[in-house]
Amino acid sequence: MIFKPVLLWSDLLLWALVASAVLLALYCRSQDYLRRAWRRVGESSAAMASVTVLAVFVAVGLLDSLHYQPRLPAQQGSSEIQYAPEVLSALDALFADLRLNKEKTYSAPLATHGFAKETMERDGVQTRDYPRLLFGGAHLDELSQHEADLRSRALSGALKGALAWAAFTGLVVGLLALARRRSYADTCRAVWRPRLSAERPIAWRAVFVTAAVLCVLGGIIAAWADGYHVFGTDKVGQDVLYLSLKSVRTALLIGTLTTLVTLPLAIALGLIAGFRGGWWDDAIQYLYTVLNSIPGVLLIAAMVLMMQVIIDTHPEWFETAAERADARLLALCFILGLTSWTGLCRLLRAETLKLRELDYVQAARAFGVSDARIMARHVLPNLMHIVLIALVMDFSGLVLSEAVLSYIGIGVDSSMNSFGTMINAARLELSREPVVWWSLAAAFVLMLALVLAANLFADAVRDAFDPRFQWRARRTLKRAAA
Amino acid sequence: MNAPLLEVRGLTAELDTPAGIARAVDALDFDVRAGETMALLGESGCGKSMTANALMRLLPDVGYIAGGSVRLSGRELTALTEADMREARGRDMAMIFQEPGTSLNPVLTVMQQIGEVLSLHRGLRGAAARARALELLAAVGIPDAARRIDEYPFQFSGGMKQRVMIAMALAGEPKLLIADEPTTALDVTIQAQVLDLLATLQREQGMALLLITHDLGVVARMAHQVGVMYAGQLIERAPRAAFFAQPAHPYSQLLFAALPDTSRRGELATIRGSVPPLTTDFRGCRFAERCPQAWARCHDEVPAWQTAGEGQQVRCHLYDPAEAGRHAQHVAPSAGVAEVAPADETQPLLSVRELKVHFPIRRGILQRTVGHVRAVDGVSLDIRAGRTLALVGESGCGKTTAGKAVLRLIEPTAGSVTLGAQDVGAASGAALRELRAQMQMVFQDPYGSLNPRMRVGDIIAEGMSALKRAGGDEAVRALLEQVGLRPDMADRYPHEFSGGQRQRIAIARALAVQPRLIVCDEPTSALDVSVQAQILNLLRRLQHELGLAYLFITHNIAVVEHLAHDLAVMYLGRIVESGPVDRVLRAPRHPYTQALLSAVPRIDGAQQPQKLAGDLPSPARPPSGCAFHPRCPRAQARCSTELPPLAGEDGRQAVACWYPD
Repeated sequence: MIFKPVLLWSDLLLWALVASAVLLALYCRSQDYLRRAWRRVGESSAAMASVTVLAVFVAVGLLDSLHYQPRLPAQQGSSEIQYAPEVLSALDALFADLRLNKEKTYSAPLATHGFAKETMERDGVQTRDYPRLLFGGAHLDELSQHEADLRSRALSGALKGALAWAAFTGLVVGLLALARRRSYADTCRAVWRPRLSAERPIAWRAVFVTAAVLCVLGGIIAAWADGYHVFGTDKVGQDVLYLSLKSVRTALLIGTLTTLVTLPLAIALGLIAGFRGGWWDDAIQYLYTVLNSIPGVLLIAAMVLMMQVIIDTHPEWFETAAERADARLLALCFILGLTSWTGLCRLLRAETLKLRELDYVQAARAFGVSDARIMARHVLPNLMHIVLIALVMDFSGLVLSEAVLSYIGIGVDSSMNSFGTMINAARLELSREPVVWWSLAAAFVLMLALVLAANLFADAVRDAFDPRFQWRARRTLKRAAA
Repeated sequence: MNAPLLEVRGLTAELDTPAGIARAVDALDFDVRAGETMALLGESGCGKSMTANALMRLLPDVGYIAGGSVRLSGRELTALTEADMREARGRDMAMIFQEPGTSLNPVLTVMQQIGEVLSLHRGLRGAAARARALELLAAVGIPDAARRIDEYPFQFSGGMKQRVMIAMALAGEPKLLIADEPTTALDVTIQAQVLDLLATLQREQGMALLLITHDLGVVARMAHQVGVMYAGQLIERAPRAAFFAQPAHPYSQLLFAALPDTSRRGELATIRGSVPPLTTDFRGCRFAERCPQAWARCHDEVPAWQTAGEGQQVRCHLYDPAEAGRHAQHVAPSAGVAEVAPADETQPLLSVRELKVHFPIRRGILQRTVGHVRAVDGVSLDIRAGRTLALVGESGCGKTTAGKAVLRLIEPTAGSVTLGAQDVGAASGAALRELRAQMQMVFQDPYGSLNPRMRVGDIIAEGMSALKRAGGDEAVRALLEQVGLRPDMADRYPHEFSGGQRQRIAIARALAVQPRLIVCDEPTSALDVSVQAQILNLLRRLQHELGLAYLFITHNIAVVEHLAHDLAVMYLGRIVESGPVDRVLRAPRHPYTQALLSAVPRIDGAQQPQKLAGDLPSPARPPSGCAFHPRCPRAQARCSTELPPLAGEDGRQAVACWYPD
């Protein structure tokens, strides 16, 4: 084998999450009310566009979660197989150029020269000038070709992107036609110009338009990344585009794994408090009121620092640096989860209070059904829509809070890429003149895209699961002739 | 004859719903004259409320007026701009809504709310507005108006809130008042007060009144003209007298026949099926599917207006002169089925003695108990197997609490409940579970009593599995058939069923564990008349087949007459009169029972309701002595100090009053 697969704990959890998401989707298909609610999500253009964007992020994150250790070249005279101490991911393999083509220090996006002057020897004379980059624009013989090269690469990249989009669209429409058992041309027409009918169509058009934008942009960036650093390089010369892509996994992990901790706590405590009432309710209410009154950042900082000490004093627990960073990430998720279950718990308690007075719960009591069974069969299924909405809405909040925590140095391990560490690293450079803006801008743009898509999606989910959901009339007000 | 105040021609309103375009109001034509009351009658889902909203141009977001014209004193309303329409609402036409609790803003005082209308439409402000508001409140019969005008809505009772709503509607001095089920949420004695008030105000001010209701009794009491709506369409128009003497449309006739009454103690006539969804594309008569007299033409041809009598018009092919041969065998009310006298066991199945349920009122940081709400305060009942005891009273009198305490869904504070020979109050664990199998409950709201996330089969099977009864799919299917549903419905979810079908499912769920007693908590009050008849027939049949005993909690006297053997009247947590139904209803002796019975609107229209002033007192601070004495016309000094016992011979009429008739 030329590599050894490595399964980090966070990988395991993430893939388990993907598996449970698939199972959940199958369950939703079998449940009528869930299927209808999700269909309403599908009818919203904004939701489908943001799903497309989120899908790209998830794809990047999942690629980055397939870890391995590459095999080292066999040493002379030794038949022992050795693997590199460094843990890489499928994403690293895919973007090996980006990872390996390091400059010496800062360089601006798409630049051919360094950002700071250096003393160089040219024809025996020492001069101070901007040095040529090792990789960025190294293929150019004449500097005057720089702009023309960028243009032609952009054009060919956009064309390739368009081709990729055409292939994607063709495939999806083909699958749709197959699923609907209709002709290809019919399906095309139905997707592009949906007819006014009682059944609103799934907003495939939004998916294709978003995919078109993403494909063309991706094509251009890919073409440029071949010969330049699209987002520039950071202090130690690493490609910022590569760093941003690596940060996506961290953001996704924080946003999803944390909920694994919050959900059981919030659901169990919320249900018990609402259903049992009495001193159970008092105790749980006091618990979350107290937890809410402690400044969150303080609590998290204290716990993260304590955990850091534990990790540092037990180096023997971890084989590689990646495992150590991973442990710290999981611990951070756990700590964030412990402090952020209160909001959902409060919501669930209030809803349970309402549900427990409903007649069907009373009817179950009249049969002598046990409390635990009533909670599981009658109350919990009627709370699931709130849980789902809270999940989607919390995601963006958690991604943002990771950035803040890493920025103040109590977030993820410093060797782990994340939007927070990127911002933290770029912080001091903002005061330079000329300013080094690209690390911050890259982190900002990607985080914005991720959180905005998640928020739009969350809005659509909330609307779809809202029992008061009403759509607006498609026809304009007709006024009878006077 | 003078020109009508409101002329509606071809009014059509549509709703864009997920199921398609629903034509909620379809080509409506009617007139309302000044000083006249027009009643729109129909079951739920017939487009009555949507008509009111379309007239006011207050349709929901998904709705729009698709055609037709509405003229109010000659002015076309559908062509007005929204700004002009705002001016017209309140000044020319006003509306009263069904739910007084939610149609007043809880954070504004009554004066602020009335003042808003006065300043908008009458330009009155300050002292002038206040003086006018006081006049209005006095006109709607709010006592001590000068003090109450600065109070908030939560300080008013339901009936008083509805009076405030009426005062607000009158503040703009409208020419047309639209009342959408104005008394449906109120108790009968309060309903009588509010209806009287509306009639008086109309007489004094010469307003036109458009009354929307499902209650034939209210129509009989209030209306001059009657319009019957069905599936978005007006199917019959008639003056009141003609309508009540001889309803023409088969649907109207069936509505009358479905009404429970003492004279018909047997099966009630029912209308099969339910109102078709308004998204349907109707080809023939809308009622044809459910009409017992329908023939081929009804399914193919939309009926035109035909004349059926003096001023009486009907959309039915039966009255087409060309079809004279078929004409009109009336749906006769089915003759009373001979009552099967239930076995007169001397031993009662359920025996309740001095049952009390007190809820503590807690105040302060330490949650000290500062008092008790005496929801049920010493109730004693006996029900024998195969008999029905009706527990009657206004809302807030504790009848539902009493029912739940019998089942121990609420823990009683004191008193004993005995079922067969077992003490329900002392049972626990397995014994209690065994007792639970013998008594079950059917709830009021068929929409809230079925878990929307469970299949019907699972809902019915739940009791069997909880009580470890043998059962399974076969048993569920048998139960569904027993309550008149198809066995294959077990795999569906509750939202796919209508209100009446849901109530059948709830009954099947209760029957699943083979109980001997079923507590029915207003099982038909959320249902339409025709569906109510189906459920009452079902309950009756099940009683005969299975020998069930019912504790039937209701406020509907007509249902009591139809179904019950014995009757107990509750007032403020106590039983004031009890006895066999015939005796209590024919010759009530307690003044409260007398007032309650006389307040029920009758379809023969001829009665003089005995006025009952005021509202139900709070059960947290019940009046001393006889709780009814502040409202009692016969009260004397002794009533306010001494509590009268429920006196009477065993099994006969008993009454708790110092001065019974």
